[in-house]
Amino acid sequence: MKQSGKWPRSGFGSLVLIAAVVGGGAAAFAYTAGWLSPGRLTPERLIAALAPPGGASPGHRRNHAKGICFTGAFEANGNGVELSRAKVFERGKYSAVGRFNLGTADPNAVDATVRVRGLGLQIAAADGEEWRMALINPPFFAVSTPQAFHDLLIASGKKDPEAMKAFIQSNPEFAAFATWAKTAPWTDSYAEDAYHGLNSFIFTDARGGERTVRWSLLPTAQVVPISQAELEKRGPDFLEQEITERIRTAGPQRWTMVTTVADPGDPTADPSKAWPEGRRTVQVGTLVVQRIEQERDGPCRDINFDPTVLPQGIRVSDDPFPAARSSVYRKSYDLRAAEAGSYPRTGTTKP
Amino acid sequence: MSNTPHHFAPIQRFLHWLMAACIIAMLFIGVGMVSTVAPRYLPLILIHKTLGVTLLVLVVIRLALRLHYGAPPLPEDLSPGIKLGARLSHLALYGFMIVMPLLGLGMLWAAAYPVVLSGGIQIPAVLPQSDRAHALLWNAHFYLGFAFFAVVLLHLAAALFHALVRRDGVFGTMAPFPLRNRTTPAE
Repeated sequence: MKQSGKWPRSGFGSLVLIAAVVGGGAAAFAYTAGWLSPGRLTPERLIAALAPPGGASPGHRRNHAKGICFTGAFEANGNGVELSRAKVFERGKYSAVGRFNLGTADPNAVDATVRVRGLGLQIAAADGEEWRMALINPPFFAVSTPQAFHDLLIASGKKDPEAMKAFIQSNPEFAAFATWAKTAPWTDSYAEDAYHGLNSFIFTDARGGERTVRWSLLPTAQVVPISQAELEKRGPDFLEQEITERIRTAGPQRWTMVTTVADPGDPTADPSKAWPEGRRTVQVGTLVVQRIEQERDGPCRDINFDPTVLPQGIRVSDDPFPAARSSVYRKSYDLRAAEAGSYPRTGTTKP
Repeated sequence: MSNTPHHFAPIQRFLHWLMAACIIAMLFIGVGMVSTVAPRYLPLILIHKTLGVTLLVLVVIRLALRLHYGAPPLPEDLSPGIKLGARLSHLALYGFMIVMPLLGLGMLWAAAYPVVLSGGIQIPAVLPQSDRAHALLWNAHFYLGFAFFAVVLLHLAAALFHALVRRDGVFGTMAPFPLRNRTTPAE
Protein backbone atom coordinates (compact mmCIF):
# COMPACT_ATOMS: atom_id res chain seq x y z
CA MET A 1 0.00 0.00 0.00
CA LYS A 2 2.67 2.42 1.02
CA GLN A 3 4.84 1.56 -1.94
CA SER A 4 2.12 2.60 -4.35
CA GLY A 5 2.18 6.02 -2.70
CA LYS A 6 -1.50 5.88 -1.76
CA TRP A 7 -2.99 6.07 1.67
CA PRO A 8 -4.30 2.77 2.97
CA ARG A 9 -7.86 2.30 1.95
CA SER A 10 -9.13 -0.05 4.59
CA GLY A 11 -10.17 1.27 8.00
CA PHE A 12 -8.16 -1.45 9.66
CA GLY A 13 -5.00 -0.58 7.72
CA SER A 14 -5.48 3.05 8.66
CA LEU A 15 -5.80 2.20 12.34
CA VAL A 16 -2.64 0.10 12.15
CA LEU A 17 -0.83 3.00 10.52
CA ILE A 18 -2.04 5.43 13.21
CA ALA A 19 -0.99 3.01 15.95
CA ALA A 20 2.42 2.63 14.29
CA VAL A 21 2.92 6.40 14.09
CA VAL A 22 1.92 6.97 17.72
CA GLY A 23 3.79 3.91 18.99
CA GLY A 24 6.87 4.77 16.94
CA GLY A 25 6.80 8.33 18.24
CA ALA A 26 6.55 7.13 21.83
CA ALA A 27 9.34 4.58 21.31
CA ALA A 28 11.62 7.19 19.73
CA PHE A 29 10.92 9.48 22.69
CA ALA A 30 11.74 6.71 25.16
CA TYR A 31 14.96 5.97 23.29
CA THR A 32 15.97 9.64 23.29
CA ALA A 33 15.27 9.81 27.02
CA GLY A 34 17.71 6.93 27.49
CA TRP A 35 15.12 4.49 28.85
CA LEU A 36 16.01 1.87 26.28
CA SER A 37 19.78 2.20 26.70
CA PRO A 38 20.77 1.38 30.29
CA GLY A 39 24.46 1.60 29.33
CA ARG A 40 24.30 5.33 28.60
CA LEU A 41 26.37 7.46 30.95
CA THR A 42 23.76 9.77 32.44
CA PRO A 43 24.15 12.49 35.08
CA GLU A 44 22.06 10.28 37.37
CA ARG A 45 24.55 7.42 37.03
CA LEU A 46 27.53 9.67 37.75
CA ILE A 47 25.78 11.14 40.77
CA ALA A 48 24.90 7.65 42.02
CA ALA A 49 28.57 6.67 41.64
CA LEU A 50 29.67 9.74 43.62
CA ALA A 51 27.45 8.88 46.59
CA PRO A 52 29.16 7.29 49.59
CA PRO A 53 27.95 3.87 50.80
CA GLY A 54 25.58 5.52 53.28
CA GLY A 55 24.00 7.61 50.53
CA ALA A 56 24.33 11.26 49.57
CA SER A 57 23.77 14.05 52.10
CA PRO A 58 20.43 15.65 51.20
CA GLY A 59 20.52 19.35 50.47
CA HIS A 60 24.27 19.32 49.79
CA ARG A 61 26.35 19.28 46.65
CA ARG A 62 26.83 15.71 45.42
CA ASN A 63 30.59 16.19 45.36
CA HIS A 64 32.83 18.80 47.01
CA ALA A 65 30.10 18.81 49.64
CA LYS A 66 32.19 20.39 52.41
CA GLY A 67 33.07 24.01 51.86
CA ILE A 68 33.00 27.60 52.98
CA CYS A 69 32.05 30.77 51.07
CA PHE A 70 34.10 33.82 50.29
CA THR A 71 33.55 37.15 48.61
CA GLY A 72 36.13 39.37 47.02
CA ALA A 73 37.23 40.67 43.68
CA PHE A 74 39.02 39.68 40.52
CA GLU A 75 41.48 42.43 39.67
CA ALA A 76 42.29 42.17 35.98
CA ASN A 77 45.63 43.66 34.99
CA GLY A 78 44.63 44.02 31.33
CA ASN A 79 47.12 41.48 29.98
CA GLY A 80 44.32 39.07 29.15
CA VAL A 81 42.82 41.40 26.56
CA GLU A 82 45.29 40.25 23.96
CA LEU A 83 44.08 36.64 24.42
CA SER A 84 40.34 37.09 24.90
CA ARG A 85 37.77 39.79 24.32
CA ALA A 86 35.96 38.78 27.55
CA LYS A 87 35.15 41.95 29.49
CA VAL A 88 36.59 40.51 32.71
CA PHE A 89 40.09 40.76 31.22
CA GLU A 90 39.86 44.51 30.70
CA ARG A 91 41.90 46.24 33.35
CA GLY A 92 39.63 46.73 36.36
CA LYS A 93 37.99 45.19 39.38
CA TYR A 94 35.17 42.68 39.08
CA SER A 95 33.14 41.26 41.93
CA ALA A 96 33.85 37.65 42.82
CA VAL A 97 31.99 35.06 44.88
CA GLY A 98 33.51 31.68 45.56
CA ARG A 99 33.86 28.68 47.74
CA PHE A 100 36.79 26.77 49.17
CA ASN A 101 35.90 23.10 49.29
CA LEU A 102 37.02 19.52 49.71
CA GLY A 103 36.69 16.85 47.03
CA THR A 104 34.36 14.62 48.98
CA ALA A 105 30.66 13.78 48.97
CA ASP A 106 30.64 13.97 52.79
CA PRO A 107 29.89 17.46 54.18
CA ASN A 108 31.23 16.31 57.57
CA ALA A 109 34.50 14.83 56.33
CA VAL A 110 37.66 15.32 58.39
CA ASP A 111 39.87 17.78 56.50
CA ALA A 112 43.01 15.64 56.68
CA THR A 113 41.26 12.70 55.00
CA VAL A 114 40.54 14.54 51.75
CA ARG A 115 43.34 14.74 49.23
CA VAL A 116 41.71 16.96 46.66
CA ARG A 117 40.80 20.54 47.53
CA GLY A 118 38.88 22.84 45.28
CA LEU A 119 37.82 26.38 44.61
CA GLY A 120 34.56 27.39 42.94
CA LEU A 121 34.51 30.91 41.56
CA GLN A 122 32.08 33.26 39.90
CA ILE A 123 33.34 36.51 38.41
CA ALA A 124 30.74 39.01 37.25
CA ALA A 125 31.48 41.49 34.49
CA ALA A 126 29.86 44.90 34.51
CA ASP A 127 27.46 44.00 31.70
CA GLY A 128 25.93 41.13 33.68
CA GLU A 129 27.96 38.41 32.00
CA GLU A 130 29.30 35.75 34.31
CA TRP A 131 32.35 33.54 34.31
CA ARG A 132 32.01 30.53 36.53
CA MET A 133 34.65 27.91 37.14
CA ALA A 134 35.54 25.11 39.49
CA LEU A 135 39.22 24.38 40.05
CA ILE A 136 41.10 21.75 42.06
CA ASN A 137 44.59 21.50 43.49
CA PRO A 138 46.09 18.58 41.51
CA PRO A 139 47.89 19.91 38.41
CA PHE A 140 46.19 17.38 36.12
CA PHE A 141 43.02 15.36 36.33
CA ALA A 142 42.88 11.71 37.43
CA VAL A 143 41.42 10.33 34.21
CA SER A 144 41.02 11.13 30.52
CA THR A 145 37.28 10.83 29.99
CA PRO A 146 34.00 11.20 31.89
CA GLN A 147 33.39 7.47 31.39
CA ALA A 148 36.76 6.70 33.00
CA PHE A 149 35.84 9.00 35.90
CA HIS A 150 32.64 7.02 36.40
CA ASP A 151 34.59 3.76 36.24
CA LEU A 152 37.08 5.13 38.78
CA LEU A 153 34.28 5.97 41.21
CA ILE A 154 32.79 2.49 40.82
CA ALA A 155 36.16 0.72 41.16
CA SER A 156 37.32 2.77 44.16
CA GLY A 157 34.00 2.18 45.89
CA LYS A 158 34.43 -1.58 45.75
CA LYS A 159 35.98 -3.52 48.61
CA ASP A 160 37.66 -5.90 46.18
CA PRO A 161 41.27 -4.65 45.61
CA GLU A 162 41.24 -6.32 42.19
CA ALA A 163 38.68 -3.74 41.03
CA MET A 164 41.19 -0.87 41.30
CA LYS A 165 43.91 -2.97 39.70
CA ALA A 166 41.67 -3.71 36.75
CA PHE A 167 40.72 -0.05 36.53
CA ILE A 168 44.35 1.12 36.44
CA GLN A 169 45.14 -1.50 33.84
CA SER A 170 42.55 -0.09 31.48
CA ASN A 171 43.16 3.56 32.48
CA PRO A 172 46.96 3.88 32.75
CA GLU A 173 46.73 7.70 32.91
CA PHE A 174 45.54 7.27 36.50
CA ALA A 175 49.06 6.30 37.62
CA ALA A 176 50.29 9.90 37.42
CA PHE A 177 47.44 11.06 39.63
CA ALA A 178 48.08 8.26 42.12
CA THR A 179 51.70 9.38 42.33
CA TRP A 180 50.63 12.99 42.87
CA ALA A 181 48.22 11.90 45.63
CA LYS A 182 51.00 9.99 47.40
CA THR A 183 53.84 12.49 47.00
CA ALA A 184 52.47 16.03 46.63
CA PRO A 185 52.90 18.12 49.77
CA TRP A 186 49.93 18.90 51.99
CA THR A 187 49.34 22.37 53.38
CA ASP A 188 47.30 23.41 56.35
CA SER A 189 45.64 26.31 54.58
CA TYR A 190 43.30 26.86 51.68
CA ALA A 191 45.34 30.03 51.14
CA GLU A 192 48.51 28.07 50.36
CA ASP A 193 47.07 25.84 47.66
CA ALA A 194 47.23 26.37 43.92
CA TYR A 195 43.99 25.65 42.10
CA HIS A 196 43.91 24.48 38.50
CA GLY A 197 41.10 24.68 35.98
CA LEU A 198 42.51 21.56 34.26
CA ASN A 199 40.07 21.71 31.38
CA SER A 200 41.01 23.53 28.22
CA PHE A 201 38.90 26.35 26.84
CA ILE A 202 39.13 28.50 23.73
CA PHE A 203 39.84 32.19 24.06
CA THR A 204 38.73 34.44 21.21
CA ASP A 205 40.43 37.82 20.92
CA ALA A 206 38.95 41.02 19.52
CA ARG A 207 40.18 40.17 16.02
CA GLY A 208 38.66 36.70 16.10
CA GLY A 209 41.96 34.95 16.72
CA GLU A 210 41.61 31.77 18.78
CA ARG A 211 43.86 30.04 21.25
CA THR A 212 43.31 27.02 23.45
CA VAL A 213 44.15 27.76 27.08
CA ARG A 214 44.02 26.40 30.59
CA TRP A 215 44.11 28.53 33.71
CA SER A 216 45.31 28.27 37.29
CA LEU A 217 45.17 30.32 40.47
CA LEU A 218 48.58 30.38 42.12
CA PRO A 219 48.79 31.42 45.77
CA THR A 220 50.78 34.46 46.81
CA ALA A 221 50.80 33.23 50.41
CA GLN A 222 53.93 31.44 51.48
CA VAL A 223 53.49 27.69 51.10
CA VAL A 224 54.46 25.71 54.18
CA PRO A 225 54.18 21.99 53.53
CA ILE A 226 53.07 19.83 56.42
CA SER A 227 52.41 16.14 56.74
CA GLN A 228 48.98 14.63 56.58
CA ALA A 229 49.49 13.38 60.14
CA GLU A 230 50.21 16.93 61.32
CA LEU A 231 47.09 18.22 59.62
CA GLU A 232 45.08 15.50 61.29
CA LYS A 233 46.11 16.81 64.70
CA ARG A 234 44.70 20.24 63.93
CA GLY A 235 41.08 19.12 64.02
CA PRO A 236 38.41 17.99 61.60
CA ASP A 237 37.37 21.50 60.41
CA PHE A 238 40.75 23.18 60.64
CA LEU A 239 40.83 24.50 57.08
CA GLU A 240 37.65 26.55 57.47
CA GLN A 241 38.78 27.90 60.82
CA GLU A 242 42.25 28.70 59.54
CA ILE A 243 41.16 30.64 56.45
CA THR A 244 38.61 32.60 58.49
CA GLU A 245 41.22 33.48 61.09
CA ARG A 246 43.93 34.21 58.50
CA ILE A 247 41.77 36.72 56.64
CA ARG A 248 40.58 38.27 59.89
CA THR A 249 44.10 38.85 61.13
CA ALA A 250 46.30 39.02 58.02
CA GLY A 251 43.80 40.59 55.64
CA PRO A 252 42.75 39.60 52.12
CA GLN A 253 44.42 36.60 50.49
CA ARG A 254 45.54 36.65 46.87
CA TRP A 255 46.00 34.25 43.98
CA THR A 256 47.52 35.13 40.63
CA MET A 257 45.49 33.91 37.69
CA VAL A 258 47.79 32.43 35.08
CA THR A 259 46.57 31.29 31.68
CA THR A 260 48.68 28.84 29.73
CA VAL A 261 48.41 28.84 25.95
CA ALA A 262 48.61 25.48 24.17
CA ASP A 263 51.07 24.93 21.36
CA PRO A 264 49.75 23.20 18.25
CA GLY A 265 49.61 19.49 18.93
CA ASP A 266 49.22 19.78 22.71
CA PRO A 267 46.55 17.48 24.14
CA THR A 268 43.56 19.82 24.50
CA ALA A 269 40.89 17.15 24.99
CA ASP A 270 42.56 15.31 27.87
CA PRO A 271 42.86 17.04 31.26
CA SER A 272 44.92 14.15 32.63
CA LYS A 273 47.78 15.29 30.37
CA ALA A 274 49.65 18.36 31.58
CA TRP A 275 51.04 20.47 28.77
CA PRO A 276 54.85 20.42 28.45
CA GLU A 277 56.93 23.00 30.25
CA GLY A 278 57.78 26.15 28.36
CA ARG A 279 54.31 26.93 27.10
CA ARG A 280 53.49 30.61 26.92
CA THR A 281 51.82 31.86 30.08
CA VAL A 282 50.06 35.15 30.70
CA GLN A 283 49.24 36.53 34.14
CA VAL A 284 45.81 38.02 33.62
CA GLY A 285 44.96 39.23 37.10
CA THR A 286 44.62 38.55 40.79
CA LEU A 287 41.85 36.91 42.78
CA VAL A 288 41.49 38.77 46.07
CA VAL A 289 39.56 36.91 48.75
CA GLN A 290 38.38 39.62 51.10
CA ARG A 291 35.79 37.99 53.32
CA ILE A 292 34.94 34.52 54.53
CA GLU A 293 31.26 33.75 54.97
CA GLN A 294 29.61 30.68 56.35
CA GLU A 295 28.31 28.41 53.64
CA ARG A 296 24.82 27.93 55.06
CA ASP A 297 24.05 31.64 55.19
CA GLY A 298 26.60 32.67 52.62
CA PRO A 299 26.32 33.85 49.04
CA CYS A 300 27.98 30.82 47.43
CA ARG A 301 25.74 28.04 48.66
CA ASP A 302 23.14 28.42 45.94
CA ILE A 303 25.55 29.01 43.08
CA ASN A 304 26.16 26.15 40.70
CA PHE A 305 29.82 26.64 39.73
CA ASP A 306 29.08 25.25 36.28
CA PRO A 307 32.31 25.68 34.27
CA THR A 308 30.35 26.20 31.06
CA VAL A 309 28.85 29.49 32.26
CA LEU A 310 31.27 31.63 30.28
CA PRO A 311 31.40 35.21 29.02
CA GLN A 312 31.66 36.11 25.34
CA GLY A 313 35.30 35.54 24.39
CA ILE A 314 35.65 32.21 26.21
CA ARG A 315 34.09 28.96 25.02
CA VAL A 316 34.50 25.24 25.52
CA SER A 317 37.11 23.31 23.54
CA ASP A 318 37.19 19.66 22.46
CA ASP A 319 37.75 18.71 26.12
CA PRO A 320 34.73 16.51 26.95
CA PHE A 321 34.73 17.31 30.67
CA PRO A 322 33.13 20.77 30.83
CA ALA A 323 29.95 19.44 29.18
CA ALA A 324 29.89 16.42 31.49
CA ARG A 325 30.52 18.58 34.53
CA SER A 326 27.78 20.98 33.46
CA SER A 327 25.29 18.15 33.05
CA VAL A 328 26.17 16.54 36.39
CA TYR A 329 26.43 19.82 38.33
CA ARG A 330 23.00 20.79 37.01
CA LYS A 331 21.52 17.53 38.24
CA SER A 332 23.28 17.96 41.58
CA TYR A 333 21.85 21.47 41.83
CA ASP A 334 18.34 20.26 40.96
CA LEU A 335 18.57 17.64 43.69
CA ARG A 336 19.93 19.86 46.44
CA ALA A 337 17.54 22.70 45.62
CA ALA A 338 14.62 20.29 45.95
CA GLU A 339 16.08 19.06 49.26
CA ALA A 340 16.79 22.52 50.67
CA GLY A 341 14.73 21.71 53.75
CA SER A 342 17.45 19.22 54.74
CA TYR A 343 20.09 21.96 54.65
CA PRO A 344 18.19 25.16 55.24
CA ARG A 345 19.75 28.42 54.24
CA THR A 346 19.79 29.71 57.79
CA GLY A 347 20.37 27.72 60.93
CA THR A 348 16.67 27.81 61.69
CA THR A 349 14.28 25.87 59.48
CA LYS A 350 13.28 27.38 56.21
CA PRO A 351 9.74 28.74 56.01
CA MET B 1 -21.66 29.33 5.90
CA SER B 2 -20.06 32.17 4.04
CA ASN B 3 -18.77 33.78 7.23
CA THR B 4 -16.99 30.73 8.57
CA PRO B 5 -13.76 29.71 6.86
CA HIS B 6 -13.32 26.25 5.35
CA HIS B 7 -9.64 26.27 6.05
CA PHE B 8 -7.14 27.88 8.30
CA ALA B 9 -5.45 30.87 6.69
CA PRO B 10 -2.14 30.09 4.92
CA ILE B 11 -0.17 31.98 7.59
CA GLN B 12 -1.92 29.94 10.29
CA ARG B 13 -1.06 26.70 8.51
CA PHE B 14 2.52 27.80 8.02
CA LEU B 15 2.90 28.63 11.72
CA HIS B 16 1.15 25.40 12.72
CA TRP B 17 3.56 23.17 10.83
CA LEU B 18 6.63 25.24 11.66
CA MET B 19 5.79 25.16 15.35
CA ALA B 20 4.83 21.48 15.18
CA ALA B 21 8.29 20.63 13.92
CA CYS B 22 9.97 22.88 16.48
CA ILE B 23 7.88 21.63 19.40
CA ILE B 24 8.53 17.98 18.59
CA ALA B 25 12.24 18.81 18.27
CA MET B 26 12.09 20.66 21.61
CA LEU B 27 10.52 17.71 23.41
CA PHE B 28 13.09 15.29 22.02
CA ILE B 29 15.98 17.65 22.73
CA GLY B 30 14.66 18.15 26.26
CA VAL B 31 14.58 14.49 27.24
CA GLY B 32 17.76 13.80 25.29
CA MET B 33 19.88 16.54 26.80
CA VAL B 34 19.06 15.79 30.44
CA SER B 35 20.02 12.15 29.95
CA THR B 36 23.52 12.65 28.58
CA VAL B 37 26.90 13.88 29.78
CA ALA B 38 28.31 13.90 26.24
CA PRO B 39 29.67 17.09 24.64
CA ARG B 40 26.41 17.43 22.65
CA TYR B 41 24.75 18.34 25.97
CA LEU B 42 25.93 21.93 25.58
CA PRO B 43 24.69 22.64 22.02
CA LEU B 44 21.43 20.83 22.79
CA ILE B 45 20.74 22.95 25.86
CA LEU B 46 21.58 26.10 23.90
CA ILE B 47 19.14 25.11 21.12
CA HIS B 48 16.51 24.16 23.70
CA LYS B 49 16.69 27.58 25.37
CA THR B 50 16.83 29.55 22.12
CA LEU B 51 14.05 27.60 20.44
CA GLY B 52 11.93 27.77 23.59
CA VAL B 53 12.02 31.56 23.69
CA THR B 54 11.38 31.69 19.92
CA LEU B 55 8.35 29.44 20.31
CA LEU B 56 7.00 31.68 23.06
CA VAL B 57 7.10 34.61 20.65
CA LEU B 58 5.54 32.52 17.87
CA VAL B 59 2.65 31.28 20.00
CA VAL B 60 1.70 34.85 20.87
CA ILE B 61 1.57 35.67 17.15
CA ARG B 62 -0.36 32.49 16.52
CA LEU B 63 -2.96 33.25 19.17
CA ALA B 64 -3.45 36.71 17.72
CA LEU B 65 -3.99 35.17 14.27
CA ARG B 66 -6.41 32.64 15.74
CA LEU B 67 -8.44 35.42 17.33
CA HIS B 68 -8.37 37.37 14.08
CA TYR B 69 -9.16 34.60 11.60
CA GLY B 70 -11.02 32.14 13.80
CA ALA B 71 -11.12 28.43 13.03
CA PRO B 72 -13.17 26.30 10.65
CA PRO B 73 -16.07 24.51 12.37
CA LEU B 74 -15.85 20.84 13.22
CA PRO B 75 -18.07 18.47 11.24
CA GLU B 76 -21.65 18.46 12.51
CA ASP B 77 -21.83 14.70 12.75
CA LEU B 78 -19.07 14.57 15.37
CA SER B 79 -20.46 13.51 18.75
CA PRO B 80 -20.54 16.24 21.42
CA GLY B 81 -18.06 14.26 23.49
CA ILE B 82 -15.52 14.17 20.68
CA LYS B 83 -16.05 17.85 19.98
CA LEU B 84 -15.45 18.67 23.63
CA GLY B 85 -12.34 16.49 23.59
CA ALA B 86 -11.07 18.29 20.51
CA ARG B 87 -11.61 21.71 22.09
CA LEU B 88 -9.97 20.68 25.36
CA SER B 89 -6.97 19.13 23.63
CA HIS B 90 -6.45 22.27 21.55
CA LEU B 91 -6.76 24.38 24.66
CA ALA B 92 -4.20 22.12 26.35
CA LEU B 93 -1.81 22.43 23.40
CA TYR B 94 -1.98 26.23 23.46
CA GLY B 95 -1.59 26.12 27.24
CA PHE B 96 1.55 23.99 26.99
CA MET B 97 2.97 26.23 24.28
CA ILE B 98 2.64 29.27 26.54
CA VAL B 99 3.45 27.71 29.89
CA MET B 100 6.41 25.50 28.99
CA PRO B 101 8.82 28.28 27.93
CA LEU B 102 7.78 30.40 30.91
CA LEU B 103 8.40 27.52 33.32
CA GLY B 104 11.74 26.87 31.64
CA LEU B 105 12.83 30.49 31.95
CA GLY B 106 11.54 30.64 35.51
CA MET B 107 13.48 27.58 36.63
CA LEU B 108 16.69 28.96 35.12
CA TRP B 109 16.17 32.30 36.87
CA ALA B 110 15.34 30.60 40.17
CA ALA B 111 18.63 28.69 39.89
CA ALA B 112 20.55 31.94 39.25
CA TYR B 113 21.75 30.65 35.88
CA PRO B 114 22.33 33.40 33.36
CA VAL B 115 19.95 32.83 30.42
CA VAL B 116 22.12 33.23 27.32
CA LEU B 117 20.67 32.28 23.94
CA SER B 118 22.30 31.64 20.59
CA GLY B 119 24.22 34.67 19.41
CA GLY B 120 24.96 35.76 22.97
CA ILE B 121 21.49 37.22 23.54
CA GLN B 122 21.04 37.51 27.28
CA ILE B 123 17.61 37.55 28.92
CA PRO B 124 17.63 39.39 32.24
CA ALA B 125 16.29 37.52 35.26
CA VAL B 126 12.92 38.54 36.67
CA LEU B 127 12.97 36.02 39.54
CA PRO B 128 15.54 35.89 42.34
CA GLN B 129 17.35 32.66 43.22
CA SER B 130 15.02 30.43 45.22
CA ASP B 131 15.35 26.75 46.05
CA ARG B 132 11.63 26.30 46.51
CA ALA B 133 10.67 28.15 43.34
CA HIS B 134 13.32 26.24 41.40
CA ALA B 135 12.13 22.85 42.62
CA LEU B 136 8.52 23.72 41.82
CA LEU B 137 9.23 25.17 38.37
CA TRP B 138 11.65 22.40 37.49
CA ASN B 139 9.17 19.69 38.40
CA ALA B 140 6.40 21.43 36.47
CA HIS B 141 8.61 21.88 33.39
CA PHE B 142 9.75 18.26 33.54
CA TYR B 143 6.43 16.51 34.11
CA LEU B 144 4.40 18.81 31.88
CA GLY B 145 6.91 18.06 29.13
CA PHE B 146 5.76 14.44 29.16
CA ALA B 147 2.11 15.50 29.29
CA PHE B 148 2.77 17.84 26.35
CA PHE B 149 4.24 14.98 24.33
CA ALA B 150 1.26 12.77 25.18
CA VAL B 151 -1.18 15.44 23.97
CA VAL B 152 0.90 15.96 20.82
CA LEU B 153 0.64 12.22 20.09
CA LEU B 154 -3.11 12.32 20.77
CA HIS B 155 -3.45 15.30 18.43
CA LEU B 156 -1.44 13.48 15.77
CA ALA B 157 -3.57 10.34 16.14
CA ALA B 158 -6.77 12.38 15.90
CA ALA B 159 -5.49 14.22 12.81
CA LEU B 160 -4.63 10.93 11.12
CA PHE B 161 -7.98 9.48 12.14
CA HIS B 162 -9.73 12.39 10.45
CA ALA B 163 -7.49 12.11 7.40
CA LEU B 164 -7.53 8.35 6.91
CA VAL B 165 -10.60 6.91 8.57
CA ARG B 166 -13.29 9.56 8.78
CA ARG B 167 -12.12 11.53 5.73
CA ASP B 168 -14.30 14.37 6.90
CA GLY B 169 -12.14 17.26 5.72
CA VAL B 170 -10.91 18.20 9.18
CA PHE B 171 -7.32 17.34 8.31
CA GLY B 172 -7.61 19.36 5.11
CA THR B 173 -8.38 22.53 7.09
CA MET B 174 -4.81 22.51 8.41
CA ALA B 175 -3.05 20.45 5.73
CA PRO B 176 0.34 21.91 4.78
CA PHE B 177 -0.63 21.85 1.10
CA PRO B 178 -4.04 21.82 -0.62
CA LEU B 179 -5.37 18.26 -0.65
CA ARG B 180 -6.79 16.90 -3.85
CA ASN B 181 -10.37 15.61 -3.76
CA ARG B 182 -10.83 17.19 -0.41
CA THR B 183 -14.23 17.20 1.08
CA THR B 184 -15.62 19.75 3.42
CA PRO B 185 -18.13 19.15 6.17
CA ALA B 186 -20.82 20.77 4.05
CA GLU B 187 -20.22 18.43 1.17
